[in-house]
Amino acid sequence: MKIPFVYNARSVFQRPASTAFTAVGIALVVAVFIGMLALANGFRAALARTGSDENALVLRRGADSELSSGIDRATANLIGSSPHVAIGADGHPLVSPEVYVLVPLVRLGDDSTSIGNVVVRGISAKAWDVRANVRVTEGQKPVSGRAEICLGEKIVGRYPNTAIGGKIRFAGRNWDVVCHFSAGGSAFESEIWGENEQFMPVFRGEAFQSISFRLKDPKAFEEAKRALESDKRVQVDVHRESTFYVQQSKLLGDILQFLAVVITSIMAIGAIFGAVNTMYAAVAGRTPEIAVLLTLGFHPRSVLASFLLESAIIAAIGGVIGCLLALPVNGFVASTTNWSSFSEIAFNFRVTPGLLLAGMIFAVLMGVLGGFFPARRASRLPVVQALR
Amino acid sequence: MKFLPLVLANLGRHKRRTILTITSVALALFLFASLQTVVTTIASASKFGSARRLVATNATGIVFTLPIAYANRLQAVKGVEGVTWANWFGGRYGDGRRFFATFAIEPKSYLDLYPEMVVPAEQKEAFIRERTGALVGKRLMEVFGWKLGQNVTLQGTIFPGDWTFTIRGVYTPTNPAIGDDAFMFHHDYMEERLNRPGIAGWYILRIERPDAAPTIAKTIDDQFRNSPYPTKTGTEQAFNASFATMWGNVSLLMGTIGMAVVFAILLVTANAMMMGARERTREVAVLKTIGFGDRTLFGMVMLEAGVIAITGAVLGLGGAKLLYKSTHFNGGGFLPGFDVAPSTLALGSAVTLVLMLASGLVPAVRAARLPVVSALRQVG
Amino acid sequence: MALVEIRDVYKSFQRDTQRIDVFSGITLDVDAGAFLALMGPSGSGKSTLLNLIAGLDRPTKGEVRVAGSVVSAMSPGELASWRARHIGFVFQQFNLLPVLTAYQNVELPLLLTRLSKREREERVKLALGVVGLDDRMSHYPRQLSGGQEQRVSIARAIVADPTVILLDEPTGQLDGKSSQEVLALLRRLNTEFKKTIVIVTHDAHAAEQATTVLHLEKGDLIRGSAVPSLRASESAGLGVAR
Repeated sequence: MKIPFVYNARSVFQRPASTAFTAVGIALVVAVFIGMLALANGFRAALARTGSDENALVLRRGADSELSSGIDRATANLIGSSPHVAIGADGHPLVSPEVYVLVPLVRLGDDSTSIGNVVVRGISAKAWDVRANVRVTEGQKPVSGRAEICLGEKIVGRYPNTAIGGKIRFAGRNWDVVCHFSAGGSAFESEIWGENEQFMPVFRGEAFQSISFRLKDPKAFEEAKRALESDKRVQVDVHRESTFYVQQSKLLGDILQFLAVVITSIMAIGAIFGAVNTMYAAVAGRTPEIAVLLTLGFHPRSVLASFLLESAIIAAIGGVIGCLLALPVNGFVASTTNWSSFSEIAFNFRVTPGLLLAGMIFAVLMGVLGGFFPARRASRLPVVQALR
Repeated sequence: MKFLPLVLANLGRHKRRTILTITSVALALFLFASLQTVVTTIASASKFGSARRLVATNATGIVFTLPIAYANRLQAVKGVEGVTWANWFGGRYGDGRRFFATFAIEPKSYLDLYPEMVVPAEQKEAFIRERTGALVGKRLMEVFGWKLGQNVTLQGTIFPGDWTFTIRGVYTPTNPAIGDDAFMFHHDYMEERLNRPGIAGWYILRIERPDAAPTIAKTIDDQFRNSPYPTKTGTEQAFNASFATMWGNVSLLMGTIGMAVVFAILLVTANAMMMGARERTREVAVLKTIGFGDRTLFGMVMLEAGVIAITGAVLGLGGAKLLYKSTHFNGGGFLPGFDVAPSTLALGSAVTLVLMLASGLVPAVRAARLPVVSALRQVG
Repeated sequence: MALVEIRDVYKSFQRDTQRIDVFSGITLDVDAGAFLALMGPSGSGKSTLLNLIAGLDRPTKGEVRVAGSVVSAMSPGELASWRARHIGFVFQQFNLLPVLTAYQNVELPLLLTRLSKREREERVKLALGVVGLDDRMSHYPRQLSGGQEQRVSIARAIVADPTVILLDEPTGQLDGKSSQEVLALLRRLNTEFKKTIVIVTHDAHAAEQATTVLHLEKGDLIRGSAVPSLRASESAGLGVAR
């Protein structure tokens, strides 16, 4: 484009108020866009990271979540001795039959009616190995036979008595907090873990809810699935752990994404209208300059491109401001209920470079859309009329 | 007010800008009203509850059940008039994409305790009489296109297998907070098929005097405290309130976005108004020469801002109210009774007023204070 | 062959339902090296004539040729490039882009050529030197006087070495002294640098600097003072074109 860039760049700052208003309008749209998608992202990421491609999750046939499933000891033993289960370094199968319940805990804060239904998972000692991404960050793993629990990092600080040595009460008993664990930002971090044998008598009696095991050959998942599901002695469904948890995130994840798109679209229309107004005013106020450019022999195309660029510059400024506004939200912990599993999940807002880039592109797009008709008018300026 | 035609003519001169600005205001207020309504709907769901009803759940957690045997013991508690119970069944229909609540209830006592669920007399009779009968919410009937008397098969997720029922009744709730898309069937049918001792997910009790609620609740909880199935009893409203907190930060999020939206359109409108102000200098000078006073001009500019703001507000707020009411939107079942509340309309109107002032004040003052002579120099 | 040939040109405007005829068959030749002043009352069509020569406007009937090209028949796209090469135009006011320096303003036409940055710099400095403002290169228009602005505009008009320089009331907004500076510059451009200049003006002083003066009255050309550089067509004739 032949018209010098500095012309447009400087013209933008010639009308500071107008430019500022339009830019900030676009900035707000971009900020909301990034913020909401960061929320959806964070939620999905938390759940996506929860399951591993190398693990399988066994539930009772027809159960759509761990909560509605029930597996007896006999079944658990049968699954555990299946040849499809990987053997650990110590020669024992990498399998964890687990109890899965929700307990109401009052959240930290003044509101005594603010209750979260927290996942309490009764694990076997092997769980720490089956799930490769879990790590104890503080304290010691619960000792077998004791009423001890380990808290996921997202629980700590959001509920009372979560420090090591604290006591949390549920199911009519006090439980000692002996460790905290991290799980790569996944949903497990919103859970309380303890020994399955400790939880069974207290909750639902002699039943597990699920069985997690490491596949001996992750590529042979379909085979393992077929073998276990057709076994007449048990009535189970076998899921790949990663797929299962991603599925669990679908409902809420889709809703959040849908909301993000709808809300920012509506806001974007408003911002675009703002840009349209601003650019029309700019063109109207600079008619003599446009006449000069056209007279000098700059092609109308160049004038069009020039004003589009100007609009894009304003929008880009707005985009940068919007990104800056949205950034602080990164890492913020949001908590809500995953209605698919009825359990509370806490996760981080996740602002990624990709999201920031998307925000910038979105901003420039808004600017270009808004600036198009005004720019076209500028390029079509009847010079003669303007000179009259 | 006699200046309104003049103001309208002025707005008409820049039709495109006027229309764009009004549309922006309308969109923003629509969005604001929608977001705010999410907040108010969650809040009102948390406040719903009859003062004369208590809910008793397993103290260990809502996913745990209580024995059927408790029914008689609860009925015997002083001050308790009526007892009923329900169980969460977790049924799916078809591809399972449309989520809905399924309860196994004790039909007669349940309908007795919930007069808000209106069922035509013959349907009520038929439902109570027939063990495999089902009582379905009005909306759910429409969603799946079911008819009275139709056989319907649900997949059990907690209690596996196919469960077939015959729809014998359709209920319509008088209070929007009670969802109109639930599916209910006989408790003893479930017991019979499972061949297990009866369980109750939760009990609902009607008490004689509302102020006796705390005492009765304590009595009940004390009674079962040391049993394998301890209870947690509270008013229905307290139960709903804690349910509402399951939404977590959502309310806060919606409110924040709402504010951002409002701020954004404030900017757009103020910007548009100020653009108009610059062009207005000439006309203002001429009007003043004719004899229009400063105050009058101030009023005219404010009126112009007002026309834009109010038109946008009516379209946006009104549009939201109409849309949600006429489509009976309820967020896929999660936000029952989704309706733009008077408080939201009031808040939206306040925002409109602020918008009008913020965008009109500076140009209005400028117009009022414009020294005629210098302005006329620009005219000539 | 004259540098500019206007042949039997008609031009009318439509204003709502009324048709206004500006020219009804006007003919004019301008030779290379001429300094022509067009004078006349408002509405006589002086600026229109200038616009026709520059290709900014199209005649309703008739032909306009500049340096052999039929300007009146070119497409808008062709005209843009053609204008960049052949025309230098100076308006009465608002010539310069306020956000660019004098240097950058003068450089504008050269951006439409293939010259390198260094070559452009040479010419800009040359042009500004000719108009006597090479010490004001980095100034913005708001930092220049009216006269200086117009001189920068003239520098821009000559920097690409156009075929003809057109000026529409260049001294209309200037005081006496500034007017004189501008006119003296134009005179110099014509006599020393042999530039062909057509100037539309009210200013009698401007007319004095020109070699030929023509009066336009209601679309008709009336001879002012005859000079060998202007050829008149006897038949279609000046002054009697109907």
